[in-house]
Amino acid sequence: MSYVLNTGPDQKAMLDKIGAASLEELFSFIPAGVRLNRTLQVPPALCEMDLQQHMTRLARSNQSADDAICFLGGGSYDHFIPAVVDAIAGRSEFYTAYTPYQAEASQGSLQAFFEYQTLICQLTGMDVANASLYDGGSAVAESVLMALSIHPKRTKVLVAESVHPEYRQTLTTYQANLSTRPVILPTPEGFLGPETLKKTMDEETLCVVVQHPNFFGCLEEVEALAEICHSRGGLFIVSFDPISLGILKGPGQYGADIAVAEGQCLGNPMAYGGPYLGIMACREEFVRKMPGRLVGQTTDRNGKRCWVLTLQTREQHIRREKATSNICTNQGLFALRAAAYLAALGPQGLKETASLCVRKAHYLAEQLQKVRGLALRFNRPFFKEFTLHVPGKVPELLRQLLQRGYHAGLHLGRWYPPFGNCLSLAVTEKRTGQEIDGLVSALAAEMKH
Amino acid sequence: MKIMQNQQATELMFELSHPGRRTHRLPECDVPIGEARSLLPANVLADNPPPLSELGEIDLIRHFINLSARNMSIDTNFYPLGSCTMKYNPKRHERLAALPGWANLHPLQCDESCQGMLGMLWEMQNILGEIAGLDAVSLQPAAGAQGELTALLVAAAHFRDRKESRSRVLIPDSAHGTNPASAAIAGFEAVSVKSNAKGLVDLEDLKTKLDQRTAVFMITNPNTLGLFDGQITEITRLVHQHGGLVYLDGANMNAILGITRPGDFGADMMHYNVHKTFTGPHGAGGPGSGPIAVRSFLAPFLPAPIVVADEGRYRLDYERPKSIGRVRSFNGNIGILLRGYCYIRTLGPEGLREVTENAVLNANYLLARIKHAYEVRHGDRCMHEFVASAQQLKRTRKISAMDIAKRLLDFGFHAPTVYFPLVVPEAIMIEPTETESKETLDAFAEALLEIQKEDAEFLHNAPHTMPISRPDEVKAAKEPILRWKK
Repeated sequence: MSYVLNTGPDQKAMLDKIGAASLEELFSFIPAGVRLNRTLQVPPALCEMDLQQHMTRLARSNQSADDAICFLGGGSYDHFIPAVVDAIAGRSEFYTAYTPYQAEASQGSLQAFFEYQTLICQLTGMDVANASLYDGGSAVAESVLMALSIHPKRTKVLVAESVHPEYRQTLTTYQANLSTRPVILPTPEGFLGPETLKKTMDEETLCVVVQHPNFFGCLEEVEALAEICHSRGGLFIVSFDPISLGILKGPGQYGADIAVAEGQCLGNPMAYGGPYLGIMACREEFVRKMPGRLVGQTTDRNGKRCWVLTLQTREQHIRREKATSNICTNQGLFALRAAAYLAALGPQGLKETASLCVRKAHYLAEQLQKVRGLALRFNRPFFKEFTLHVPGKVPELLRQLLQRGYHAGLHLGRWYPPFGNCLSLAVTEKRTGQEIDGLVSALAAEMKH
Repeated sequence: MKIMQNQQATELMFELSHPGRRTHRLPECDVPIGEARSLLPANVLADNPPPLSELGEIDLIRHFINLSARNMSIDTNFYPLGSCTMKYNPKRHERLAALPGWANLHPLQCDESCQGMLGMLWEMQNILGEIAGLDAVSLQPAAGAQGELTALLVAAAHFRDRKESRSRVLIPDSAHGTNPASAAIAGFEAVSVKSNAKGLVDLEDLKTKLDQRTAVFMITNPNTLGLFDGQITEITRLVHQHGGLVYLDGANMNAILGITRPGDFGADMMHYNVHKTFTGPHGAGGPGSGPIAVRSFLAPFLPAPIVVADEGRYRLDYERPKSIGRVRSFNGNIGILLRGYCYIRTLGPEGLREVTENAVLNANYLLARIKHAYEVRHGDRCMHEFVASAQQLKRTRKISAMDIAKRLLDFGFHAPTVYFPLVVPEAIMIEPTETESKETLDAFAEALLEIQKEDAEFLHNAPHTMPISRPDEVKAAKEPILRWKK
């Protein structure tokens, strides 16, 4: 089964037209010495029913967020996805189209991406947004490459240790052979102290990268950090949580030069890590240094308003090695999902979603602190995620809690050895009071063991 | 259909916004706790929520569904976009990928709780290694370009490990723009290698550029002209002789599945475009998935984690001390890998070979049908795609590749790729793929033959039946409007 339509007689007629004696003849350019003279060793073909059975069986052997109640966060969250998002993204006119290079045949996608760019600007308070990058991690890396093209002579990249460890690793990997060097600023109390930044910040500093709310869930003192960063001419880069902007000030309000985010939370399934959505927005003056596709408004030959891909001279297919980035394929379908999600929520829905996250997370934190042995690790304001200190071994505890039906949290010791006794828990608007109380009881029961 | 398209609304959602309307409603808070604003310090709070649009459900749905009708797509039109492998995207994949056991897995949940997922990914690593003829696979890269970058970073780490200082990446002038762009980010100098008159690598030029500075030679084979470079074993021998590595840009894997393998013709590393070859839907620009395969001596440098099997149990292996690190968060574009896996499992080994045979047959058939009317410089045989040129038409009748592309839309066909590869003037790059019928190819060929006879002036103003025609791109770039404002 290969979705091929050509029948034997079709093939014969086509070969005749070509003037070839056989299919084999069409491959005569490939030297005999490099031909594969056996069949590929891949599993035998499955018909649709067998495939469905196979994939369903494999899927059932996973414990998804439908099987155990999910309090996991760390950049991927179990938020609710309204059905309209799936209905819109499920239109195959969207999902089976290519990059909208032919504007006349792609006005649907182009307009949707223009709306996405606008929504991201409205959300963040920034001037310009691109039409997506891969994910939150590579968006951080791209933001630093972008900063480097703005200030090519500066070399130091200051990164708060409270930034997602995988984003920091991505950043380090991308910079391995470039002129910049990352310097990690310690955050022993769960946030980047402005004094710490002040001591390190200098005229060689290209940019400061923080995450707000950060990997521990804590809020950073973004306004103070931005001011210190700008005082020495550095660029302030923030990785934000889009949902948090239903209640928190946006990056445009506290002085971010480039704002990036993981957009999974905007109507995209967790899907074991991808595809996700890299969001990037910046100040107007930097737009020509921005990576990725941009959709712009124009008019057609009859004066009709329409949309096209624009400022393409930044991009690899025109500029090759001088491009602002190597990105080509992006996450178009997930930008569409995010646009549909934000439009479905509107200002009120986003505010209520953010408020529910705040209240339920704080309620869980409050209840957990009543359990003997448990304490919040950091005395800092948080949004929907927080760090809990527990006695005893965290991996063992998490295993027990999974048996009780909870994906209870992430072991921070995995990334931060000093926090070996800590786990982080995330609470979205989806978690009910009953589920939260259930987790508290389960943890309390484990503490008694 | 045409009338419908022209009547469809094109207001932006912001112009449809009506204060007080909304689509999604949330439950009351069911835990006893104070208001959200009382739980956070005042200085972090926004005065108002972001000024997003306010739409009721039916208006939101109509808006986007009407927009979708303003797209051409594989499901509505033949889409012979060269270099993009726009083959049919099977519906069964969409249904299976949406199963909660796949879609609702958290990327950081423990390995014991997602053995089905890890098992599938482990099998996918093995399958991609087998099809490549290479030893080790990383599923992490999010798209082809990121696969290129990842492999070049792997190469850089390999040479650093061997204390060899190599600064240059050689790239044929017919290559995708992502190749030199990836080389630059990986810290290399990109050096262009000429194509010869046949459209293949100019061996003499390659020889003058190969030296001890050469880290990697990147080759697309079959190349962007749709030609398999039969000099490949000589090319890889030369590169290896100078201590360099050979990278295969796997954009054109649809042309060689089961026929030959990059590892067998001397490539040391390659990326796949799962969204092309193994039919992940393109989503109007993405997501893709760009896993890479490498020889065993490069495996220690691959990104972490990699899926490993220990006595029938699967786990993510992060303990990779020589690894370049990671190129993104989490585990890769799993949803696309999952679709690719479903596709390969549906086809089996014979099906994969059938794909390639028919992709090449369809391209050659189309070439045979139009070559008397359109100049195809590089011979009358091709692999999965070919590049015609409108240069003659341009010279004699002032008809450009763009005119032809735009006019094809009126016939209900998506345009081929135009003006790429750069080595062919007025390029028209056509890739029909294997999932199209002879009837569709015939209809497309007829349209191409008819168009080149049409009046030039009429063609300059094409398309004539689409919702818009010839947008002013200069204006768009000169005075960029990148967002709606009140």
